[in-house]
Amino acid sequence: MTQTKEPGADLPLQQQEKVVIRFAGDSGDGMQITGNQFTSTAAFVGNDLATLPDFPAEIRAPAGTRPGVSGFQIHFSSSDIHTPGDAPDVLVAMNPAALVVNIGDLKAGGIVVVNTGNFGKNDLKKARLEVSPLEDGTLQGFRVIEVDINKRVADALTESELSPKEIQRCKNFYTLGLMYWVYSRPLEPTLDWLAAKFAKRPALVDANQTALRAGFNAGDIHEMFQGRYEVPACTELPAGIYRNILGNQALALGMIAGAEQAGLKLFLGAYPITPASDLLHQLALYKNFGAITFQAEDEIAAICAALGASFSGKLGMTTTSGPGVALKTEALGLAVSVELPLVVVNVQRAGPSTGMPTKVEQTDLLQSIWGRNGEAPIPVIAASCAADAFDVGVEACRIAVEYMTPIMVLSDNYIANGSEPWKLPEMDKLPKFTAKFRTHVEGETFLPFARDENGVRPWAKPGTPGLEHRVGGLEKEDGTGNVCYDAENHEKMTHLRQEKVMNIQRSIPELEVEGPESGDLLVLGWGGTKGSITSGTARAREDGASVANTHLRHLWPLPPGLDELFGRYKAILVPELNMGQLWRVLRSEFPQHNFISYSKVQGKPFMSFEIENRIKTILEQ
Amino acid sequence: MAAEAVLKKKDLKSDQEVRWCPGCGDYAILNCVQGVMADLGVKRENMMFVSGIGCSSRFPYYMNTYGFHSIHGRAPAFATGIKVSNPELSVWLVTGDGDGLSIGGNHMIHVLRRNLDINILLFNNEIYGLTKGQYSPTSRLGLKTKATPFGSLDYPFNPISLALGAGATFVARTVDTNLKHMAGILEAAAAHKGTSFIEIFQNCVIFNDKVFDSVSDKKVRDERMVDLVPGEKIVYGNDHEKGLRLDGYHLEQCSADEAGVWDPSTPTAGPSMLFADIDRDATLPTPIGIFRQVERPRFEEGVHAQIDHVTETKGPGKLEDLIYTADTWKVD
Ligand SMILES: Cc1ncc(C[n+]2csc(CCOP(=O)(O)OP(=O)(O)O)c2C)c(N)n1
Ligand code: SF4
Ligand SMILES: [Mg+2]
Repeated sequence: MTQTKEPGADLPLQQQEKVVIRFAGDSGDGMQITGNQFTSTAAFVGNDLATLPDFPAEIRAPAGTRPGVSGFQIHFSSSDIHTPGDAPDVLVAMNPAALVVNIGDLKAGGIVVVNTGNFGKNDLKKARLEVSPLEDGTLQGFRVIEVDINKRVADALTESELSPKEIQRCKNFYTLGLMYWVYSRPLEPTLDWLAAKFAKRPALVDANQTALRAGFNAGDIHEMFQGRYEVPACTELPAGIYRNILGNQALALGMIAGAEQAGLKLFLGAYPITPASDLLHQLALYKNFGAITFQAEDEIAAICAALGASFSGKLGMTTTSGPGVALKTEALGLAVSVELPLVVVNVQRAGPSTGMPTKVEQTDLLQSIWGRNGEAPIPVIAASCAADAFDVGVEACRIAVEYMTPIMVLSDNYIANGSEPWKLPEMDKLPKFTAKFRTHVEGETFLPFARDENGVRPWAKPGTPGLEHRVGGLEKEDGTGNVCYDAENHEKMTHLRQEKVMNIQRSIPELEVEGPESGDLLVLGWGGTKGSITSGTARAREDGASVANTHLRHLWPLPPGLDELFGRYKAILVPELNMGQLWRVLRSEFPQHNFISYSKVQGKPFMSFEIENRIKTILEQ
Repeated sequence: MAAEAVLKKKDLKSDQEVRWCPGCGDYAILNCVQGVMADLGVKRENMMFVSGIGCSSRFPYYMNTYGFHSIHGRAPAFATGIKVSNPELSVWLVTGDGDGLSIGGNHMIHVLRRNLDINILLFNNEIYGLTKGQYSPTSRLGLKTKATPFGSLDYPFNPISLALGAGATFVARTVDTNLKHMAGILEAAAAHKGTSFIEIFQNCVIFNDKVFDSVSDKKVRDERMVDLVPGEKIVYGNDHEKGLRLDGYHLEQCSADEAGVWDPSTPTAGPSMLFADIDRDATLPTPIGIFRQVERPRFEEGVHAQIDHVTETKGPGKLEDLIYTADTWKVD
């Protein structure tokens, strides 16, 4: 396959700053692989990027139907970006269902690449369409590029020993090749990936590589595209070494790093649940770190085993989503009562109940802060983006170990499955918080519930002579930890537990704002909405609005200095993918300030323009 | 153990006042466990008692060892986390018929199939003691309690059959009125490598008094109970004159001379299952002793063997290598 001339080399090459492409097809069409390969190549080129997959709810919905549509959106750029993009510039639709489900999102004047090979009568019927959207005006106002990918792949692979069915499975690589040509991407990363992936089946390597090259070469056909584009490497990112990372991957790495920084071995108890299962899958690989992963019989057993492990001197963790947290609640209360470190991760999804497992929401904040019987305070922190999930994983371990407390870590579907460049930490700059075990009796007797200046009790693990003690969920006498039903003691212990958690605030930095130090409006977010808030607020500022933005990592206790910060703005806008949960917390904690809730509960993230528009509407009033 | 300070029974008594009702069967069990534990040759700091919630589950507070009084039904999960994290520990799980078989039934079957090297003591008083006397999953049909004023309609579990069905590798039964027998069973359980499940008939004087008397009372027990002793003839009766034997799938009474020899280690649990249920026939005695005793790989061993193996093949994990992978790029 040597070429004398790069195909399409005589077409004009235009520079673009940023592009959003959405690949959409049937869940069997390999759209996630296509998207992931495009992402790896964008990272290889050095673009800033952000991705968002859109999985169908069913593993294999009937082929060609609307519920079976699987999508993957990538935003890649030569400038600093924060979100997977509001509206795609390019939509690649592999069948009619993918086209009609996604066309509404495409930017006006955007490009839509359609695989006409899948627009037969039957295909239309599966998508519940009477007439072809190629003919009924649906695509008016877009630049439509029609390619019979089915046929072209078959033509390109006439020599292949694969069956016709297997050949059709190479369609996604043909499509990828085509998009690589349009955006002047190198083929090598994907060629190498294919060689490694199918090392055991050379015929598959060959066919997919051929399809990729055929798609790339097809770009040469002038009437298809009017030009080629180039999105140069991003130079705006802070200097450093980068790697593209998914939120779940970053969080798992943060959890293992946190355990290492504490000088402890990780024990993960987990029960599979979307979208948290990948944390279990990934941590199960790290056996050579001494990490133990235990797939328990249910969520309750998972957290209980983790808490038992913490009693034994491991760093117990458990990962789940909202319904799982509901089941873990009683054990979480016990963790509060026995005061042992425990990291609980909730990768939030749309609820209530089973809700929409593959869709995003931030509806578990109040459950995290308050959702237990009794006075049972725990710290709560949240990741704001894929890369941030690493730092949040480490921070959770720090708080759990330094304060002998369970901690809730919130992520969400959007963070978990989205990816972006991660500036890798310098190893010697990672925080260190070595766990200290009590090894002998200090003073006359061992007091398992005596406290240090932070209100933290000692950790003594079984196997240590002389420190034998019992813990449990019954109220404990201050100091000794003996069962105690005394009224005054109970009140004292309730306050001690509360104060300990509030003392965490001393170790949390104040918030920094982007934009003016004071002004008309402060946009305050938490969790996975950071990208849209940052972009939307920046645009409003560019248009002259007096608006700043900031983001909370620590949701309970809140960081210090908020009262003073809030006082510098006339109002505080709180956008959340729920009915105003943080807004409620802020109103009760800071009744003197003016908070405005911006609620969205559609199972979808905020778009940057939505934030921008809301800011403008508020400031116009 | 010559160099070690020898543990005495009193070393295992905690300074906490025992708060069961006077006459409760739990006292006898506590006493017996403390005696047996002192002689196990296990260091006190390596002894770990875990429990759920119930009268019986207060047990760890009375042992001067490490202890975890957890939440209702979940002790098997705590024990799993504890034992896997530190296989050196001698882990004892105390549970009740409600704790272990109702709310914790799921955890119970799973801990049994995993076969961690722990010992489970199920105090069966056929009642919810702590919540003041509701029927439990082992209560007999027709039992009148506050929750069943017209008699229970709930068909009971046989804990032995349940444990056997879950694949337990050591299954035994003993009674709070026969401490010599209990001590023998506890010792055998401690020696067993794998999960030992021991059902203990325990009298609740307040809410279900004398429920086992018809078989376990000193006056009748030789006639009404048969002790299954591995490798010994299956005999009972005041003068050890009666026997039981298997004829194919059929169990029959016979004279002591013709009695079968008890084998709890058959390839399948079939014979054990057969014996677990014999007292459904009122003319047959209630079996106690060791129903099942087989070896199977232990979960915690497997976990650590896998960790060792992966560490050997991949080398000890280095965090930096995990973070700085091949697919990185540099921004200047
Ligand atoms: C989640 C929860 N539900 C219910 C209870 C109330 N409760 C405590 S002990 C118990 C039953 C105990 O029965 P059993 O396990 O047989 O123990 P016993 O008291 O008979 O020894 C119940 C229902 C509880 N503590 N926690
Ligand atoms: S209620 Fe029954 S089981 Fe509970 S302590 Fe009293 S006698 Fe024992
Ligand atoms: Mg009971």
